[in-house]
Amino acid sequence: MARRRLDLTFPPSQATKPIAYHLVKDFDLTPNILRAQIQPGQQGRMLLEVVGPREAIDAGVAFLAGEGIEVLPAASDICLDEDQCVTCGLCTAVCKPGALTLDNDSKLVFDKDKCVYCEACVVACPRRAITLRF
Amino acid sequence: MAKSWEEINARIASGEAVVMTAEEFGALAADEGVSAAARKVDVVTTGTFGPMCSTGAFLNFGHSDPPIKMGEITLNDVPASGGLAAVDTYIGATEPSRTKGIEYGGAHVIEDLLRGRAVHLKATGPGTDCYPRTEIDTWVTLEDLNQAYFFNPRNAYQNYAVAVNTGDQALYTYLGTLLPRLSNATYCSAGALSPLLNDPTYRTIGVGSRIFVAGAAGYVAWEGTQHNPHQDRDEHGVPVKPAGTLAVIADLKAASPEYFSAATFTKYGVSAFVGIGVPIPVLDEEIAETLALTDADLKATIFDYGVQRRSRPALGQVSYAQLRSGSIEVEGKTVPTGPISSLPKARAIAAELKRWIAQEKFTLAAPLQQLPQPGSQAFKPLEIRTEEAI
Repeated sequence: MARRRLDLTFPPSQATKPIAYHLVKDFDLTPNILRAQIQPGQQGRMLLEVVGPREAIDAGVAFLAGEGIEVLPAASDICLDEDQCVTCGLCTAVCKPGALTLDNDSKLVFDKDKCVYCEACVVACPRRAITLRF
Repeated sequence: MAKSWEEINARIASGEAVVMTAEEFGALAADEGVSAAARKVDVVTTGTFGPMCSTGAFLNFGHSDPPIKMGEITLNDVPASGGLAAVDTYIGATEPSRTKGIEYGGAHVIEDLLRGRAVHLKATGPGTDCYPRTEIDTWVTLEDLNQAYFFNPRNAYQNYAVAVNTGDQALYTYLGTLLPRLSNATYCSAGALSPLLNDPTYRTIGVGSRIFVAGAAGYVAWEGTQHNPHQDRDEHGVPVKPAGTLAVIADLKAASPEYFSAATFTKYGVSAFVGIGVPIPVLDEEIAETLALTDADLKATIFDYGVQRRSRPALGQVSYAQLRSGSIEVEGKTVPTGPISSLPKARAIAAELKRWIAQEKFTLAAPLQQLPQPGSQAFKPLEIRTEEAI
């Protein structure tokens, strides 16, 4: 089983397309919508995690592209401004998936694969050093 | 093996002093014993870098022509005190901006000044015979000011609470976001590096002690507000709850933004991370005993912030080693922990202070006056009463 995170951009004409349904029914994938901003008639965005066999994911991505949806690998959506960070560690106290942790030297480590974009760290950071670009 | 302040200062002046951070001293004492470590080492440096709300700065702007007696004063839209002489003010770290609220406050003004940025000064005055101007609108930098110095009424808390929340709603506190139903715990101390945990009965730290304040050489000015030496202590005499505090003074012009950072706690307010470092002379084995304590020896008390009262229920004690491990046990539940006080910054401060002493011959000052000692004063609450009841 593979797991991939996708950053989808919907053209206005496809904003209401039920893509999660097709990914489940037609490709036997397990979709998990991490964030979405979809309005009928407007361009929309979705951060989608899919789990399934590698070939099925490739086929699902090809289906989405065929529907006119732009598919990019999700990356660098949570940004840590290291000049602002004072390594207090407070963000680690609210990060339930364990994406933000302190190593043995109390330095901050960010494992983007574990991030679910809940934004708890964005709100908790007293330096406003963490931002979410979406 | 007792050493005097004079002997230690003579060794600093001649460049022979052996200086270690509190972490290094703890490791040496574990290897060679406290007596041997006490003989070998002259000075132990400490450091802490946490949010300290009772922080601020006195500023003098100089006089405009014609002059003004400033009453209502703002700096980058943050109100500053107009209750001093004509062009003196005090800007408090927690004061929120009139336009940006808690996202920008007094601490941010101080950080901007430290970074060399120009700050927008606006003031109005009554217009008097000696101060005829009634309004002023100008820009100032730290360099332009006659005097600018920190006077922080309460810094370097000796130990602090471990905060948890047994309630059903998330709480937004000065100790960060406390998730409901014991889902996290936050704590705020440098532990083994913390200044007042290394000298728990204030033998060497008192009024007049020369210390590190936000990168500048400063002084302990007085006991800090809410200084509470009359607090529960462990077998080493170290408080297990928030106890002593320091009021400190230092030149803002000599300070560095590396060791001062403005902070905003969501739905709470503005605060400031302040770097404080205190050098402690290894006078004898008694002080060496507490200098040698490690995170495994030092304990903090867990308080339930879900009970929004002055006295919050205590839910037990944990060591700083347990807190730093990433989780603690509270009421049978494993609770993940997160710090608020920066350990990497605390280490950098203790190391920088060590460099000052070893390389720049920063000598130590014995207290001119002791801080109130354990048992000497209790902490008073504020009772709500009417004039008739007095």
